[in-house]
Amino acid sequence: MKKISFLLNGESRSIHVEPSETLLEVLRDRMGTKSPQCGCASGGCGACTVMLNDKTVRSCLIFAIETDGQEIVTLEGISKNGLSPLQKIFLEHNVFQCGYCAPGMILSATELISRNPHPTLHEIKEAIAGNLCRCTGYTPVIEAILELTKQEV
Amino acid sequence: MAIPHEFAYEKPETLKLALQLLSDHGKNARLLAGGTDLANQMKQGFRVPQILIDIKGIHELEEIRMAGDQLYIGALATFTDLRNSRLIMEKVNILHEAAGMVASNGVRNRATMVGNICSAVACMDSATPLLVHESVVHTLSVNGEKKYRIQDWFVDNRKTAISEDEIVTHVSIPIPEKKYAGAYQKMMRYSGEDLSQANVSVLALSEKQFRVAFGSVGPIPKRSLKIEKLLNTEGVSTETIDKAKKMIETVIAPITDVRATKEYRMHMTKVMFERALLAAMERFKQPRIISY
Repeated sequence: MKKISFLLNGESRSIHVEPSETLLEVLRDRMGTKSPQCGCASGGCGACTVMLNDKTVRSCLIFAIETDGQEIVTLEGISKNGLSPLQKIFLEHNVFQCGYCAPGMILSATELISRNPHPTLHEIKEAIAGNLCRCTGYTPVIEAILELTKQEV
Repeated sequence: MAIPHEFAYEKPETLKLALQLLSDHGKNARLLAGGTDLANQMKQGFRVPQILIDIKGIHELEEIRMAGDQLYIGALATFTDLRNSRLIMEKVNILHEAAGMVASNGVRNRATMVGNICSAVACMDSATPLLVHESVVHTLSVNGEKKYRIQDWFVDNRKTAISEDEIVTHVSIPIPEKKYAGAYQKMMRYSGEDLSQANVSVLALSEKQFRVAFGSVGPIPKRSLKIEKLLNTEGVSTETIDKAKKMIETVIAPITDVRATKEYRMHMTKVMFERALLAAMERFKQPRIISY
């Protein structure tokens, strides 16, 4: 066991971890941060997405111990002070049904918009690729992001 | 899914400390950079290291820089770093293009190019662009530096020429003096996750010279001097393209697996070869290299 500390959604947190524990296991099972979920457990589906130092990553493929001293933001952090404009437009467009892909979709789109406020259709597709949705398909997600990013022009 | 075994973890801050750890633990150690392959391999029990040596604290390995006519890509440069690098875009457009097709953004943010060629899974994306650019893999061990020509690096599926006490520090790419342009073609079912079922890199150089390499159609990626010789001596025409496509049958050895049959891979490699060749020639004509 080794004690690690990181910034989780803006709060300093410390926890003892085994090197073999993935970031997903520690966040979800031991720290009660439930937005990252275990889908494929191999980096393919996007359900476990979190932001590590402002970049979306697959928390199922990261050892928690690697994140000592770093900054993690999960979906909980994004909506800490109410829903973000992106989340609001996702709601308006009813883009999710079961919601399993929602954390990955929202974080991926948030990362995209923060770097590129007016993305093209291709850039949106590229950014959300690898977040598997089995309910509504991808069209409503793409349309909502397009609408939001056009509004800001 | 949990990792089924326990292990130790070290994060040395210098190359010297990392090399010492590697020398102490030998084959029981595994180097950790992005970890996107390694974590999966450990979950599956395919690799069971007793100690992980996380090299992300060694910041000198992050750099992407030009020195003389060589472009250096450090062991910690991720595919996202390659995508965001103006140097990569302008100097090795084919690698820039291939980097954008690796898995998803969430994986590219973490996975490194050097990790890709160290895992050396047959379907990797970075190998054929590095082959046509005649890249060199640089390693360091307690015994000193070593260089491997990229064509000598890949030994078998998931096997490279590296010894257990070596760390890959960087890859160097010689930048041709005269004009050139590359094109990368990848066959996959959908973007965002899928591994390549076959991939082709073509580099167009001045004086109508070409370099050609095929990936994911055999245990190791393969450059074909035979096809290059045909194109470079007889020129590119409908006839030579057809001849080259016929030659591909003797150059590659695709297998049938869950992702594609060998017949489909063979057929599509020929199609992608032609597409890559024509795209590289078209890009060569442009006044400057355009990013894709």
